[in-house]
Amino acid sequence: MTSTTTTPRSATGQVALRGVTKVYGRGENAVLALDGVSLDVAPGEFVCLVGASGCGKSTLLNLVAGLDRVSGGQIDAGEGVNPGLMFQESALFPWLTVEGNVEVPLKLRGLPRAERRERVAELLRTVHLADFGRKRPHELSGGMRQRVALARTLALDTPVLLMDEPFGALDAMTRDILHDELERIWSERRLTVLFVTHNVREAARLADRIILLSSRPGRIIYSTGVDVPRPRRIDSPEIAAIAAEVTDRLRTEVGRHGQ
Amino acid sequence: MASDTLATTAPRSDAEISGLDALEIAGQEKAATRASRIWAATWPKVAALALAIGLWQAVVWTGWKDSWALPGPAVVFADLWHYLLSASLWEGLATTARRAVVGFAAAVAVGLVLGLGVARVKVLRAALGSMITALQTMPSIAWFPLAILLFQLSEQAIFFVVVLGAAPSVANGVIHGVDYVPPLLVRAGRNVGARGLNLYRYVIAPAALPAIVAGLKQGWAFAWRSLMAGELLVVIAEKTSIGAQLTYARDFSDAPRLMAIMIVILVVGLLVDAAFGAADKAIRRRWGVLDQAGN
Repeated sequence: MTSTTTTPRSATGQVALRGVTKVYGRGENAVLALDGVSLDVAPGEFVCLVGASGCGKSTLLNLVAGLDRVSGGQIDAGEGVNPGLMFQESALFPWLTVEGNVEVPLKLRGLPRAERRERVAELLRTVHLADFGRKRPHELSGGMRQRVALARTLALDTPVLLMDEPFGALDAMTRDILHDELERIWSERRLTVLFVTHNVREAARLADRIILLSSRPGRIIYSTGVDVPRPRRIDSPEIAAIAAEVTDRLRTEVGRHGQ
Repeated sequence: MASDTLATTAPRSDAEISGLDALEIAGQEKAATRASRIWAATWPKVAALALAIGLWQAVVWTGWKDSWALPGPAVVFADLWHYLLSASLWEGLATTARRAVVGFAAAVAVGLVLGLGVARVKVLRAALGSMITALQTMPSIAWFPLAILLFQLSEQAIFFVVVLGAAPSVANGVIHGVDYVPPLLVRAGRNVGARGLNLYRYVIAPAALPAIVAGLKQGWAFAWRSLMAGELLVVIAEKTSIGAQLTYARDFSDAPRLMAIMIVILVVGLLVDAAFGAADKAIRRRWGVLDQAGN
C-alpha cells in the first residue's frame, strides 16, 4: 500500500486493470464494449494497444483516465495519480495561446505565476516549440499542435501517459519525428505509456509490449514483447517482422467477424 | 538555424524538427496595408449611402409628396446640423442611452441566468426551452398595452418591454453556446484537472463565448427596437428622450426634424451594432475561425 504518497511525482506509474468490464446502454440495447480486461503495466513501460474498430481501445483509455466509470472490475493507476490523456486531435483550447494552453494544468494545480512561467518555458523547450509560445493553435501545423498537447499533458506531472491514436491524423514524416520525440521524452521522464493505435508498425516501433484486443467485445487475445533495441527505425526489418506477426493475428480476428 | 550543430547521439536533429515546422507553417502570413483594408471596407458603404440619398432626392424632385411631408436631403441635413448643436438632442440622447444601457444590462443578466439554467438543467430545458424561442417571435410592441396596464406610463413599462424583448435572444445565445461546446474540449479540460466550476471557467465559458456574443448582438437589436417603440408610446412629459422628440416632431408636422431624429436613431443603432461586430470579429480571429474571404 502506498496510500501515504499523495503527490503524483512520488507515484510509481504502475497501472493495474483487473477484470475491467464496460457496458454501454441498458436492457436489450446494452453493448458490451470491454469484457474482463486484465492488464499490468509496469512503471516506465511502453505498452501499445492494437485492435480493429470496435475493440474498445478508446473506452479503455477513458476508463483509466477516470473520464468514465467501469461497469465491473477495478482500475488502479496509483494513489492520487491523474493520468494524462492525449487524443487524435490536439484538443487545444483555441482561445488561448500555446503558452496559455500549457499553463492551464499548472493554474489548476495552483502553482504561483513565476513558477508557472518557468515550467511553461521548460515544457515548450522539451517539445522544441520554445519560439512558438505566443502563437495560437490555428497558426500551427498538426504535428506542432500535437507537441503542444503533449507539453500540456506533461504539465500535469503525471507518471502515466494515455495516448489515443495521437499521431493518426499526421503525415508519415511528421509521425516519424513525433515517434522519436515521444520516445525521448518517455525515457527522459521515465513515463508509463499506454498507447492506442490501429497502426501495427507504429506499435512495433514504439512499444515494449504490444497487446492485441478483440472486437465486440474487447478482450485481450494476444500479447507480445518487442525486444528490439532502441533507437529503432520504423522501416527496419526487425520492426517489420514483428508488425507482420501482429498483423496476421489481427487479420484472423477481423476475419472471425466476417463469418 | 543551427544546422551545423547536428547532435550525433540524437536520432533526430533539432534542425530537422524546426525545419519541418518552418515549412509547414510557411505562407500563412497575410500582407495587406491598413489603409487599403479600410478603403476596401469603406467605399462600398459610402457609395451605397450616396445612392440612397440620390434616390431620396430624385423622389422629392418628382413632386410625389408635398415638401412639408417629404423634405429633401438638403433641408433634412441642415436641420440635423441645428439639431446636433442643440441641447435638446443631447438631453434626449442621455435619457435614451441611460434607458438602453440599464434595460440591456438587465436583459443580459436575466438572459445569462436563464440560458445557463436551461442549458444545464434538463427540467428547465423541457419547461422553458421552446418558450424562450416563442417569446423571441413575439413583437415587442405587442407587450406595451400590458406593460402600460401594469406600470402606467412610466420608465418601468419601458424597461419591462426592453427586457422581455432582449433577454430571450441573450438566453438563446447562451444555450446555443453551451450546447455546442466540443465534447473533446470538455474531456481535455476534465483531464487537465478542470472539474466543477473550474470546467465552466476554463473551458465552457470561453468555448461558448462566440455564440454568447452573437446572442448579445441580437439582444441589443431587439432592445433598441423595443426601446424606440416604448419611447414613442410612453411619453413622459418631464423627461425628454429621442423617441419622445420623434413623437413631438410628428405632432407638430415638423418633417425635417422628424427625419433628422430618424437619422440619429439609425446612426446610434449602427454604431452599437458595429461595436458588437468588432467584438465578434476579434473573438473569431483569436479562435482562428475568421472567414478570410471577408477581408
